[in-house]
Amino acid sequence: MTYAEAEDILSVAAQWRADGEQVAVATVTETWGSSPRPAGSRLAITASGKMAGSVSGGCIEGAVADAAQMTMTTGAPQLLDFGVTNERAWEVGLACGGRVKVFVEKLA
Amino acid sequence: MTPDILAALTEARAAKRPVVLATQLPGGAQLLLPNPDAAPDLAAAAAHALDQDETGTVKLSDGDWFLHVHNPPMRLIVVGAVHIAQALVPMAAQIGLSVIVVDPRRSFASDDRFPNTTIVTEWPDDALDALAPDARSAIVTLTHDPKLDDPALDRALKSQAFYIGALGGRKTHGGRLKRLRALGHDEAALARIRGPVGLNIEAITAPEIALSIIAEIVAVRRRSPLARREPAAQAAA
Repeated sequence: MTYAEAEDILSVAAQWRADGEQVAVATVTETWGSSPRPAGSRLAITASGKMAGSVSGGCIEGAVADAAQMTMTTGAPQLLDFGVTNERAWEVGLACGGRVKVFVEKLA
Repeated sequence: MTPDILAALTEARAAKRPVVLATQLPGGAQLLLPNPDAAPDLAAAAAHALDQDETGTVKLSDGDWFLHVHNPPMRLIVVGAVHIAQALVPMAAQIGLSVIVVDPRRSFASDDRFPNTTIVTEWPDDALDALAPDARSAIVTLTHDPKLDDPALDRALKSQAFYIGALGGRKTHGGRLKRLRALGHDEAALARIRGPVGLNIEAITAPEIALSIIAEIVAVRRRSPLARREPAAQAAA
């Protein structure tokens, strides 16, 4: 990932953290088949509900944001797997039929 | 991510130093590379990822590692602060290129015409010597004036720039190739110049031509079949 886009999300997240917010960062670590965002794409989320960036075309952001709230509370990172073989993917509807793994970590 | 890692990553990006953020999955242990403390197989995998500019997950002896490449933005050097450049600069910024506009004619290369843009008003050969384009640089000449375009293309051909484009129709381009041949560039070198510049989308207006140039830069960068051309030197022969 070379385009400035993904890196800007980290700047936004760092700024939110510096402003005293609780912040989690979700990053696409692996993709299979058709998926709209490449590995390295980031989504930053705050406990107060702000979001910047994306890890999909919009279909899994809600579920990732829920997981991020948990990571912000516990401090424990999570590796989420969204795909057609995954029950959760049916729930949130990964309409493209692809599969992505998303790593969610707290900005300490 | 620990504050130390975030600070080191932020510092590397500000210094435009290429680094890899390695995360062990699923545990989340992190390391910024290059790093003398890294295990040899992780160091080798990170070096390869940087070289290939490829972010992804790799399997190593101690499990899965997500290697997130943070390269400085690719550069686009635009020679000629002309009307098409005014359309091209914001589009290039949109796709994440770091843009530099080169034109010694200050009436063209003004802050009014190019707000918030890095402008160099040196002669193009001097400007390119100072900018030292590398394999992560694209160079586009737009002046249509041989005394500005030629020295820029001469320097571009001596660089590893991944994209070299020159505005001008086939006839203009033929004359240009003749002059560059006289400067000692061989056919293989001349074939690197994309002229007429841009993907052939029958662009007419300045923004359309800018779009065709951006589309071709993306096509080359992403290795699209659309990026293939007849060698320019052959077409002009």
